[in-house]
Amino acid sequence: MQSQLPLYPEEASNFAPHVDGLMIFITSVCLFFAVGVTIAIIYFFFKYRRKHPDEVGTPIHGDARLEATWIVIPLILALGMFSWGAVVYVDYRHSPPDTLDIYVIAKQWMWKVQQPNGLKEINELHVPVNRNIRLTLASEDVIHDFFVPAFRVKMDVVPGHYNTMWFRPTKPGRYHFFCSQYCGTNHAIMGGWVTVMEPTDYAAWLSGSLGGEANPVVAGEKLFAEKACITCHVANGTGRAPSLNGMYGAQVLLADGTTVTADEAYIRESILQPNAKIVAGYQPLMPTFQGQLTEEQILALTAYIKSLQSQPVPAKGSGIAPSTGKK
Amino acid sequence: MHRTGELYGQFETLEQQKESAQFGMWVFLVTEVLFFGGLFLTYAVNRHLYFTAFGVGGNMLDLTLGTVNTVVLIASSFTMAMSVWAAQTNRKKLLPVCLILTLLLGGVFLGIKYVEYKQKFDHHLIPGHSFDLTYRINHPAPTDNPKELAAERTEIEEAARHEAPTEPESGLTALNAHAQLYFSLYFGMTGLHALHMIVGGGLLVWVIKESLKGRFSTTYNTPIEIVGLYWHFVDVVWIYLFALLYLINRHAV
Amino acid sequence: MSATSPSPDHKLPRDHYLNATYGIRSWLLTTDHKRIALLYLFSVTFFFFVGGIFATLIRIHLLTPNGVLVTPETYNKLFTMHGVAMIFFFLIPAIPAVLGNFMIPIMIGAKDLAFPKINLLSWYIYVVGGTFVLYSFCTGGLDTGWTFYTPLSSVYSNSAVAPAVVGIFINGFSSILTGLNFIVTIHTMRAPGMTWFRLPLFVWAHYSTSLVMILGTPVVAITLLLAGMERLLHLGFFNPAMGGDPILFQHLFWFYSHPAVYIMILPAMGVISEIIPTFARKPIFGYSFIAASSIAIAVIGFLVWAHHMYVTGQSTYAALTFSFLTYLVAIPSAVKTFNWTATLYKGSISWDTPMLYALGFIGLFLIGGLTGLFLACVGLDIHIHDTYFVVAHFHYVMVGGAVMGYVGGLHFWWPKITGKLYPEILSRIAAITLFVGFNLTFFPQFILGYLGMPRRYHTYPPEFQVLNVFSTAGASILALGYLLPMIYLTWSMRYGKVAGPNPWPATGLEWKTDSPPPTENFHVTPVVDWEPYDYSNRPDLGLAPGRPLAPAHGDD
Repeated sequence: MQSQLPLYPEEASNFAPHVDGLMIFITSVCLFFAVGVTIAIIYFFFKYRRKHPDEVGTPIHGDARLEATWIVIPLILALGMFSWGAVVYVDYRHSPPDTLDIYVIAKQWMWKVQQPNGLKEINELHVPVNRNIRLTLASEDVIHDFFVPAFRVKMDVVPGHYNTMWFRPTKPGRYHFFCSQYCGTNHAIMGGWVTVMEPTDYAAWLSGSLGGEANPVVAGEKLFAEKACITCHVANGTGRAPSLNGMYGAQVLLADGTTVTADEAYIRESILQPNAKIVAGYQPLMPTFQGQLTEEQILALTAYIKSLQSQPVPAKGSGIAPSTGKK
Repeated sequence: MHRTGELYGQFETLEQQKESAQFGMWVFLVTEVLFFGGLFLTYAVNRHLYFTAFGVGGNMLDLTLGTVNTVVLIASSFTMAMSVWAAQTNRKKLLPVCLILTLLLGGVFLGIKYVEYKQKFDHHLIPGHSFDLTYRINHPAPTDNPKELAAERTEIEEAARHEAPTEPESGLTALNAHAQLYFSLYFGMTGLHALHMIVGGGLLVWVIKESLKGRFSTTYNTPIEIVGLYWHFVDVVWIYLFALLYLINRHAV
Repeated sequence: MSATSPSPDHKLPRDHYLNATYGIRSWLLTTDHKRIALLYLFSVTFFFFVGGIFATLIRIHLLTPNGVLVTPETYNKLFTMHGVAMIFFFLIPAIPAVLGNFMIPIMIGAKDLAFPKINLLSWYIYVVGGTFVLYSFCTGGLDTGWTFYTPLSSVYSNSAVAPAVVGIFINGFSSILTGLNFIVTIHTMRAPGMTWFRLPLFVWAHYSTSLVMILGTPVVAITLLLAGMERLLHLGFFNPAMGGDPILFQHLFWFYSHPAVYIMILPAMGVISEIIPTFARKPIFGYSFIAASSIAIAVIGFLVWAHHMYVTGQSTYAALTFSFLTYLVAIPSAVKTFNWTATLYKGSISWDTPMLYALGFIGLFLIGGLTGLFLACVGLDIHIHDTYFVVAHFHYVMVGGAVMGYVGGLHFWWPKITGKLYPEILSRIAAITLFVGFNLTFFPQFILGYLGMPRRYHTYPPEFQVLNVFSTAGASILALGYLLPMIYLTWSMRYGKVAGPNPWPATGLEWKTDSPPPTENFHVTPVVDWEPYDYSNRPDLGLAPGRPLAPAHGDD
């Protein structure tokens, strides 16, 4: 992959070579001037060092032609930088007509992606290689930004507006994406992965699969992380959602004062209709996963949650009703 | 402490002192233009986005009171200019009279503003939880003109339809939200202006006191000039406010 | 090394502004611009410490990818408060309110600024504003980013936004009044013979800065007021849920905050324009071009604000316009850099500490300014916007530029302000330490940014760790570079060698009066009949060949 100390990310989109080209061009011009001026300064610093205490310098007040030169030449170079950048930017801001349209919704602190066939993802974006992809970006709360360094593209996600961005992935692989507009506490962990696949693989993926893992508990554990359940259902009870340790089979205290046994049906309902039963002391924040998980996947998650039965239950933050002896 | 009219220590001559004071006031007024400018820009942008709601809001302002206020303020600028002239021509008796008239007219302006604000308060037009554009038409007072109320009702209903042609209820909610933006800006802009008028009043009190002591003359009248500059500026801001808030998109009743 | 002949023994003048009156009241109620400058020196240094402590915690936290020093909430508060303290309470006031306040009246031959009481009021307003902000820091902190983007700041944040916004609002008036004072003073209070084109470039720089202060600051004041009202009264200017527009906030905010960076850099450039002719002992190359470029930067600087908003979804046409104008604003800065370098040609260059700071400034401002060209490029900015590239860029110009200019200026005028010299060897070591530490801290961040590390991140992918560790290591050296001057400058006030009126020597009017100056600056109003930086025609400096009047400072 990359060398030990890389200077730039992989180039994985149509824009990457252009952006890198711009970078090299501007770096070269700037390096030329920076090195030139630095050498001049160092050279003068030594060559014209004061030789005796009351020596003065040669009074040279200025030279209009020299001034004109070093106004005009930088201006021309600057306009060159501007023009090349403008061309790339105009291309970036005008998506071509034949795009695959994907919707991306940002909220504190996760990304919800909806593929054209309705399949939903969380903190993941699967796209086919060599297709023009257009993302329509919307925010549910504050300003976010969708940034894929390997593609060299980003766009703000502004509440009250739709923004669009486009790119064409050119290399299969998995690439980091980040939120790059400060959006609050978990801004730094509000990211995920863009998976660029061959078109046939993408089509297969689009019709849903478990990812090939046979053991449901292991598959469930992977899903638990992939679907970002883990960001809220923190094991030690400090998250925004109850810890699931020891929950299976326990009595759960609900916001309306009733208790319910946490069995398979309860788990399934909580995943598909999270607002049906709110655990006491928690906000109705959980999004629904209706349409995002196959039955196989729900079973895998259930298996995993059951396996947490023997994990240490946190003193606070599990929602398990006090009558079982735990708070 | 220096007494008004003496040469302050940092200046070389009275001429320099006068020039500095005048120039200083001009520079300060430039900053005030930028200060109000931000609000004007916000108003312009929002007016463009929500012209229906802003039209409805504007029609709820009392045009009569607004016009009277404009005349009052222009008159006060006249009396202020008279004060400057009186000072420059050594009319030591006329000077405090003109200044006091200016102050009184300013007071009338603020009094009428108070009446207007009270009206808005009674009609639930202060932005916040109890803001309700339809309050007045749903709870008419005995003194309200029924024809006016009917016209207002038609206007609100039409505007609500404009906001959301297919869903009348959400149209009214949207209209309320946007009209609340209008009134936030109305109170913000006129409130900031009123604050500046109060400061101007304070300045007037100061120069009135000094003028009653006979401090100003042909040779020394800088404070009157710079207070005059400030007062004229505040007047000009009002003229813009009046035009933008009261007059645009005004319907006849 | 410079001179080796023995220095004449100077004595402190008997009466000067420091001993004219005694007691705390004589300081807190002073209207002497020199004393007010020292009041500011004290308070901006305090806020520099506050901001510096936050920076230290940030860099320590970022040593590991999963930083363990502080929680995410605390980290977000640290970078916000670092920005607010440094920008509003250190960088914007520092050079104008400390060095400008002290020097401008003396440089133009006046007894004080045009409005001395307003000058004192400016300081008190600064203190009140600072108190509100400190209150915010101590009662929940601030976690919105110094940019206060809505609706995060006006609706969602749970930190002490309101007092902070009030504090910054109040502080804005300090800036406005200082700018007003400078403009009027420079227009009306120049001594006889001090024409506009005989003014030191430091004065031109502050004139341009003051234009920006008075025109830009009111806009941010009203913007923050609106955002604060939105937060407190649940109004909807910038909150989309109530019909408002978050992008409107950004336009209004950046309309000031971009010119604000020129408030920070123009005075520093003015300092450099004083130091280089002095330590090269020749006139500055291209005086009128440098003066004009200051005005050009101030004016064009008002037209480029939305280059902070290329990826907000604003119209393509608008983005291109702002990119074009941003490239234009780079040109006057380039002109200055070339002129400073050309001034060194055929000079008689001494390696004194202020010169080291000035040359360090040029080197660092070069990198900082040139990397601005990368960010101005719309096609490149879509990649590097909001990454560490931006962080590196603005630290290069603000710290490598403005702070170096400030510290260099303090060293240059320290003899005039205190009447004492600082230890030369130690000060040169400090200057070099600062330069090295700074580069080590911030250069890796350009690479981090291009690799894709976003800014304002309390945790980062492991592949970014090596560069972060370099950065933190550099920061520890940088900190040393700041601490050393604080120590020896303070030491020199008591134990330093007496400087005499003109130790360097320099040609400005301020060097013709005592060190420290008398309260009224000059015993007799000067009449100016010489051109600035005219080393060849100033026999009073004692530099004519054959007159060995050497301005040595010996090593302490």
